[in-house]
Amino acid sequence: MPDAAASLSVSVWRGGPEAGAFRSFDVPALKNQTVLDVVAWIQRNAEPTLSYRFACRVGMCGSCAMMVNGQPRWTCRTHVRKVAEDGRLEIAPLRNLPVIKDLAVDMDPFFDKWVKAEGVFHSSTDRAADIAPVRPSTPARVAADAGIECINCAVCYAACDSVAANPDYLGPAALNRAWTLLNDAKDSGRVAILDAVSRPGGCTSCHSQGSCERFCPNELSPLTSIAGLKREAAWRFLRKES
Amino acid sequence: MIVRPHQGHPLWLAFMLHRISGVALALFLPAHFYVLALALNEPERLEGFFRWADQPLVKIAEFGLVFLLAIHIFGGLRLLALEFLPWSARQKTLAAAAVAFSVFVSTTFLLRAI
Repeated sequence: MPDAAASLSVSVWRGGPEAGAFRSFDVPALKNQTVLDVVAWIQRNAEPTLSYRFACRVGMCGSCAMMVNGQPRWTCRTHVRKVAEDGRLEIAPLRNLPVIKDLAVDMDPFFDKWVKAEGVFHSSTDRAADIAPVRPSTPARVAADAGIECINCAVCYAACDSVAANPDYLGPAALNRAWTLLNDAKDSGRVAILDAVSRPGGCTSCHSQGSCERFCPNELSPLTSIAGLKREAAWRFLRKES
Repeated sequence: MIVRPHQGHPLWLAFMLHRISGVALALFLPAHFYVLALALNEPERLEGFFRWADQPLVKIAEFGLVFLLAIHIFGGLRLLALEFLPWSARQKTLAAAAVAFSVFVSTTFLLRAI
């Protein structure tokens, strides 16, 4: 039930790719309320044309990430009471991606970079081959397992100042994916992956600020993955491997 | 410099400290080489510079310079370890250790200077 006296002062970004501005709304404050609940309340009760993106509401799909008081977050898993400052919220579209409308961003550049980083599976067998045995305890599998829970929400991409400074930089999520494939015994794309991540805009464009690790809602560490890629790329160069 | 809400965490601050100390040292180097060149070309002016450098305010500025140098060295060692050695998850601890070593080195310099 709403606390009769309490309301939230919420600034929401409204606008398209060319221009926009924050608009303020008073939203009833509830005891338990996520930021996504607040956005939904505004869309249903005050601003029917407000555009935003969500699907699962339980932190599995990775589609509802937005900037909340200047920090990238899954809005569905962010409780208002943990982030509101004096009853105020500022909700904006994810940073570092083009805005389509209001709180919805164009994710194409983000996913294009996954492909550019060779973040795609490189098969070496066909469907007739036996299932390859993969021992969970090998160091390579442990390294891959540490990064595979990424759900492509782009929170790390929005948190990264290196992405903001260099639009060609592949970003933490794509490089994290490349690292997991590099350590996957079933993936045969080692040369292609190391070529892709060694180009300008690859792993060497990371400045190790660690914002990806700081904000990843799944508590992954793309910083660790990118450091691994830097190490592999450097040794490959020094050993003059093809 | 305005630290925005997604910044300001320890590793971002370590990055910024490394950047600022690097730029400050790059700006200092021409002055450093100029003073060194005085030893060859104008020894009397170098003596005058040494007397000027004995002032307390200059000593405090030198303390800052030693701190910048130390933090750039130790911060740089942390980055080299991060990129070339087996991964350590204790990056915040290592960044804090770089600051601690730098404070120790620069404070030791100041105590010897005064």
